[in-house]
Amino acid sequence: MGENMVLVFIETREGKIKKSSLEALSEAKRRGDELGSEVAAALLGSVMDCLNPDVFSYGAAKVFLLENARLGAYSSQGYAAALHELARELQPKAIFFAATAMGKDLAPRLAAKLGVGLASDCTKVAVQEGRLEFTRPIYAGKAFLSIRLKSSPQLATLRPNVFPLAQPRNKTGEVIKKEAAIAEGQINGQVAEIFREKGEELDVTEAEVIISGGRGMKGPENFALLKELSALIPRSTVGASRSAVDSGWIGHQNQVGQTGKTVSPNLYMAFGISGAIQHLAGMSSSKFIVAVNKDPDAPIFKVADYGIVGDLFQVIPPLKEALAKALSE
Amino acid sequence: MNILVFVKRVPDTESKIRINRETNSIVEDSLNFIISPNDEYAVEEALRLREAKGGRVTVIAAGTEESLVVLKKCLAMGADEAVLIKDEMKETYDGLRIAKILAGAVEKKFPVYDLLLFGKQSMGADNAQVPSMVAEKLGLPQANVVTKLEIDGNKGTAHREIEGAMEKVTFSLPAVVSAQKGLNEPRYETLKGIMAAKRKAIPVLTFEELGLSQEETAPQVEVTRLDMPPVRRAGKIIPGTPEEAARELVKLLHNEAKVI
Repeated sequence: MGENMVLVFIETREGKIKKSSLEALSEAKRRGDELGSEVAAALLGSVMDCLNPDVFSYGAAKVFLLENARLGAYSSQGYAAALHELARELQPKAIFFAATAMGKDLAPRLAAKLGVGLASDCTKVAVQEGRLEFTRPIYAGKAFLSIRLKSSPQLATLRPNVFPLAQPRNKTGEVIKKEAAIAEGQINGQVAEIFREKGEELDVTEAEVIISGGRGMKGPENFALLKELSALIPRSTVGASRSAVDSGWIGHQNQVGQTGKTVSPNLYMAFGISGAIQHLAGMSSSKFIVAVNKDPDAPIFKVADYGIVGDLFQVIPPLKEALAKALSE
Repeated sequence: MNILVFVKRVPDTESKIRINRETNSIVEDSLNFIISPNDEYAVEEALRLREAKGGRVTVIAAGTEESLVVLKKCLAMGADEAVLIKDEMKETYDGLRIAKILAGAVEKKFPVYDLLLFGKQSMGADNAQVPSMVAEKLGLPQANVVTKLEIDGNKGTAHREIEGAMEKVTFSLPAVVSAQKGLNEPRYETLKGIMAAKRKAIPVLTFEELGLSQEETAPQVEVTRLDMPPVRRAGKIIPGTPEEAARELVKLLHNEAKVI
């Protein structure tokens, strides 16, 4: 069966399946149909009692639950060992991961264990001559590279927010529970704790809307204005340019650009960001871009769908009001 | 502590990238090259650990002789030793190939180490593969995208960035750690450092000396295309007073773009 299977690693956090994993599953189903391959999902943990039916509704025909007490906390070594064992048994054609913090940590470890290549952070997957072709941004999006992997299984991590979720279908499938073999001493590094430094905040790589500020914000206190806008918009978060981060106005976790994070939200709103090359590289694949800047010649306007030339401090208050009104309707 | 740091030469993040469609490679003339910024955090962390605990910092790069400049910079920052693994191939975008080369070099030439430091990804290939792959090849634990690192005896604790939160990872040494912005503020080279670096020779290792076969160093990634990103056109500038423009913007986002 294996040679004709696309396997998807399903990531859970605090018992919930990540949306980006369901996106990867949806894409696996689309490409699997093209290849004539069955799609299976793999979930790992210490006790896998209840299964979220989502994996079936988004396209998996089978789901493998890999259990071991040592898989309770995430470790690249433990997770890679369990997936390696499964991959050896199933011999899938491809294994997909979401390009999340965990996916990016785990997939290369598994690839090295299997001795195969990996396509990182893909934004497009196609089938060409019966093989998968992966397209991925390089230089943070200044160019796009298309590659094929000569080895099998073909491993890929898929960028969150890029691949559309399939229309969920009310389906069920086969559940296969397995005890993962992980030897004592095989894990000598793992997650001890997950903590939040400043409350619940959506990461820029996962947000559907990013409200970003640059040097034009003039100081750390003014980022509160952007947070107020973000509070109005569902699945949004605050971003920043390098100069705002380097000035210490906001944490580097929020930095967008080649020197920060590359993002592809539905909407990117840039306030007081002039648009340095490295910043534009990191956000140009956003679906819609809005720029508010005093300088009509700011490079950000060259990539913006909608621009307002003006003082952001005069634009934000009425914008907040109009947004609140539109979103309450 | 014996620390190995791995660095790469990449185009300056402020440069425009042009491509050659025939060779599927980027055009290098007139590009300015730098040490990959994430690697600088790795070098700085190594120097700080050596200052606190003693030991030795060795910086390793794989690449053409053009990478010597990057290694010189690391020596000027204060690294004890720098080594180039000569790789005549330009960018292959193949993380496993580089991981095999680096892990091979560690096993053959630097078998005694406590910590392997990398940048979280090179700013170019953007693969973020090599640190985890080297860790797997050498059977070491890993902590990637690290913004805080503490070493206590043969135990390490790292804070690593995940979506909207932090993970505290504990591991035993030796280990692989990859650095993210926020870990530290890299130092500038001093004049004294630059002068000292000038006097240091940088040994060049060949694949042959490392016992790496042709097969092991052959790329497994086949590049089929290299494209420029889709061109974005400048859109509408919304006229009017700030109030009018703000209201019109919300209307457009709601009715035309349908993103709000």
